[in-house]
Amino acid sequence: MTEALQDLADYVTTALGGVVLSHEIRRGELTVLVKRDDLPRVLTFLRDDSNCQFRQLLDVCGVDYPDREERFDVVYHLLSLRQNQRIRVKATAGELTPVPSAVSIFNSAGWWEREAWDLYGIYFSGHPDLRRILTDYGFEGHPLRKDFPLTGFVELRYDDEQKRVVYEPVKLTQEFRSFDFLSPWEGMLPGDEKADVPQTPNLPPPPVKPA
Amino acid sequence: MAEHQIQNFTLNFGPQHPAAHGVLRLVLEMDGEVIERADPHVGLLHRGTEKLIEYKTYLQAVPYFDRLDYVAPMSQEHAFALAVERLLGIEAPIRAQYIRVLFAEISRLLNHLLNINSFAMDVGAMTPMLWGFEEREKLMEFYERASGARLHAAYFRPGGVHLDLPVGLIDDIMTFVENFPKHMHDVDTLLTNNRIFRQRTVDIGVCSAEDCYDWGFTGPMLRGSGVAWDLRKSQPYDVYDRMDFDIPVGKNGDCFDRYLVRMEEMRQSLRIIRQCCEQMPEGPVMVENNKIAPPKRAEMKRSMEALIHHFKLYTEGYHVPAGEIYAAVEAPKGEFGVYVVSDGSNKPYRCKIRAPGFAHLQGLDFLSKGHMLADVVAIIGSLDIVFGEIDR
Repeated sequence: MTEALQDLADYVTTALGGVVLSHEIRRGELTVLVKRDDLPRVLTFLRDDSNCQFRQLLDVCGVDYPDREERFDVVYHLLSLRQNQRIRVKATAGELTPVPSAVSIFNSAGWWEREAWDLYGIYFSGHPDLRRILTDYGFEGHPLRKDFPLTGFVELRYDDEQKRVVYEPVKLTQEFRSFDFLSPWEGMLPGDEKADVPQTPNLPPPPVKPA
Repeated sequence: MAEHQIQNFTLNFGPQHPAAHGVLRLVLEMDGEVIERADPHVGLLHRGTEKLIEYKTYLQAVPYFDRLDYVAPMSQEHAFALAVERLLGIEAPIRAQYIRVLFAEISRLLNHLLNINSFAMDVGAMTPMLWGFEEREKLMEFYERASGARLHAAYFRPGGVHLDLPVGLIDDIMTFVENFPKHMHDVDTLLTNNRIFRQRTVDIGVCSAEDCYDWGFTGPMLRGSGVAWDLRKSQPYDVYDRMDFDIPVGKNGDCFDRYLVRMEEMRQSLRIIRQCCEQMPEGPVMVENNKIAPPKRAEMKRSMEALIHHFKLYTEGYHVPAGEIYAAVEAPKGEFGVYVVSDGSNKPYRCKIRAPGFAHLQGLDFLSKGHMLADVVAIIGSLDIVFGEIDR
């Protein structure tokens, strides 16, 4: 299995020239890292080349790494029914850098990209219909970003006087509790060797009231 | 004669409509009774599952998967369990693998029973629905006896299954397998050659194999179009490679073929269930590694170490090596994939859920173009959509 993947990785790397920045085979999965502007070319090649035939784009999703300069990974999962293989294509993107849309190559990309736009704010250029998909009409923000609090900013209820659903800032009756099981001894005396251990980075900031 | 201006009009279908299978809001642009464009608005059941999972330990994330496709809960857990096991580099014991295959197939029966019969009800047949629910109830009793819950089982866990099967369950499942073909035969006689059912489904919502590739369709949608692709055969997980079963394929890719494929899949599921019951070996059902699997209750009464393990596992949970994995299973609706990114901590850094229904519903626009309004109902029925997994 790994040999076949290695062959595929070598083939793709040579056939695409310098487009493939790096590839990695781990746990029986091949990941190919490319520049985001080359994505249409790479995806078209993977779909049409007779040795690849990755005819199905099964998934497009974002991953957020807020500490990086280009904070998002855009991850494409492709499946080749003919070769019975999978490949993962990755590119990075920032908040303001558009990613070329794959809709013209795979129709299935349409909603996955809408979802990535909705949840992460990754902008796909050339997408025919880039609307929000999962969140509510009129929702603000991109909820799956790591700096978006789990509780969100607004909550809604039915207002009997106005006879409609109204949005209000989140009011928590109890403070949001984030249990940090990773460093249970953080409260120890100064000078303790574990007092310098940095806090876990992926904890949310407390909810802030929107302007 | 005066010229008439004919204007398209927009029709709102749902979100509260019995044929919408949940909370589907469909904005239809109609020319008379013919669909010009269908724009599904999804997300009315969005609960932020992926976000919530990022704040839970790996074990705490398991129950969220029951609540995705709540018609066949264990199939979703299966994908997550496989993903975490591959990240951890462990493999479930052989008995656990058999139990998982057994219950994954029971889930398939649960799903297809609901889908076929509610599909039939959407196009006008009432009786199969009533019969189907009786059979589903029996299957959910098996769920309950194994896991304690009829629906939200949380039974497949990374490392195996939570508990061993109770005494006598296998025998009762075998009795069910003996009697179930009778029910299938009854439904078959009511639907397959039924004139109304055929008129409503044949040549409705046709999609070619090319369309299926392009739109990312999997499962019965793909097989209904004549592509013999099944992850249980092509990329077998657990003990599916030991099972003897066939992949049914359709010919025309219309709603009727997809119905036939699902009917045949149920028969094949029965074969797999029978083989599981006959071949199931004795042995542990969870990896015997107390860094991942909790110790036995009896052990905790005596051993301090077991007590510590238990405490650590249910507060901090286990740490998963950094890396990423995409694990897919052949869920009843199609390829259900979980993409987990781990940063080495006790919580997933990112957990993307690839729901088959999401891709299928996206194709509704091209499937329903040029059809009548009543056909949209048939197409939605044959797409097999459940909003728990689409909206996540």
